[in-house]
Amino acid sequence: MTFYGYKRPDGRVGVRNYVLILPASVCASDTTRIIAQQVVGSVTFNNQQGCSQVASDQQLTMDVMAGYAANPNVYGTVVVSLGCENCQMDLVVKAIQERTNKPLKQVIIQEAGGTLKAVDMAVRYAKEMVAEASMLQKEEFPISELIVGTECGGSDPTSGLAANPVIGEMSDRIVAAGGTSILSETTEFIGAEHILARRAATPEVHDRIFEIVHRYEAALRLVGEEVREGNPSPGNKAGGITTLEEKSLGCIHKGGHSPVNAVYDYAKQVEAKQGLVIMDTPGNDPSSVAAMVAGGAQVVVFSSGRGTPTGNPIAPVIKITGNKLTFAKMEDNIDLDASPLIYGTKTLEELGGDLLNMVVETACGKQTKAESLGFTEMAIARVCNYV
Amino acid sequence: MRNAMIIDAKDNVAVAIEPIAKGDAAVYVCEGKEVSLPALEDITIYHKLATRDIAKGEPVVKYGEHIGVASCDIKAGEHVHVHNVEGHREDLEAKE
Repeated sequence: MTFYGYKRPDGRVGVRNYVLILPASVCASDTTRIIAQQVVGSVTFNNQQGCSQVASDQQLTMDVMAGYAANPNVYGTVVVSLGCENCQMDLVVKAIQERTNKPLKQVIIQEAGGTLKAVDMAVRYAKEMVAEASMLQKEEFPISELIVGTECGGSDPTSGLAANPVIGEMSDRIVAAGGTSILSETTEFIGAEHILARRAATPEVHDRIFEIVHRYEAALRLVGEEVREGNPSPGNKAGGITTLEEKSLGCIHKGGHSPVNAVYDYAKQVEAKQGLVIMDTPGNDPSSVAAMVAGGAQVVVFSSGRGTPTGNPIAPVIKITGNKLTFAKMEDNIDLDASPLIYGTKTLEELGGDLLNMVVETACGKQTKAESLGFTEMAIARVCNYV
Repeated sequence: MRNAMIIDAKDNVAVAIEPIAKGDAAVYVCEGKEVSLPALEDITIYHKLATRDIAKGEPVVKYGEHIGVASCDIKAGEHVHVHNVEGHREDLEAKE
């Protein structure tokens, strides 16, 4: 199978062609919103972080920023910083250039002479970049170029019965075609980590799977908290999920049956053509999706039993549910109904094929429902309080 | 009519795939055979019911794996949820 995408100078292939207005910190986020509103074809997001963070938190923020700029759905980036934040412009630029050689411009608000001058400068840079981007023609590529992120949110028992197994079938086919699929949400491996570890391609990957789960539990215990406090959520329970273990056993179906070839830390760059890999992310949806997109995922597939609107600023997010009532109620938000698997009217192979076709169509440019509704929310994971 | 399903033959709970009223039969297929079991309570769609008696402290099994332990005795046909199951963190690395 093939799709039509955009070849980038670093060799990667995008499925969208945005100019990213990247706020280096919370203090630049309203400015980037104003800039992006002025330039059709540009995107931005609200970066709540970027300053007053401990080193490990700052690293998460830097990895998401650099990863977004490097994501192949982005043609080029205009970085906007205030000037005095911890995520200094030169650090952000260096982090981006370690990942990609795509077009990059910089605006520092305090040096530009305040908001209006910074907006003026950034809008001109962005307009020029969008004009260059618009000249780019799509080319045909094999689906081995795709990195697909997988996520579940607002889960209910149908996620484990239908939606996640269908994602797993699609994932296995992407892997068989030479592409890459990312399984995420470490909190939702708890109680199922042994099943994933059995599928590890090497003893190192086996040990890393247990390590990221134990590390996550230990980090929460440091502040006297326990992962079960908020997980399963009230909505998970109302839907019929009783324990975190039950939720996890449903969650890991998204990884299909392929061997696990690698484990990545949060938002680190994922190598293409790697088969099934795991990324250490929170169960929190926008911050987990953000990490996979920063890792290079061009498309995200997201299952939801309860129904969620979640999108992303630079990657299309495809929604799938296994709950026939939710699909009927929230069809405006959900792209694919996987409930026929539960009722025996469609097979796993058929639905996995339907989802794979949807991934390829989306890669070719078809808008997902989250895109058409304009959903771009995202979050960056964090370790502790501001300093 | 089939209104429930069991995921793994080792499971001691089935999932209602339609709402099941108290007294009605939950009907599911296990290892190729149709099984019918009276529901002792109303079962909300996609919630679980016990397919056999589960004693307090015994593991509750779904997907062929432990999803928690029974916090009280549960009778076959009863709703299985947060009121009678507790999560239980097992050392799965040691179990390997």
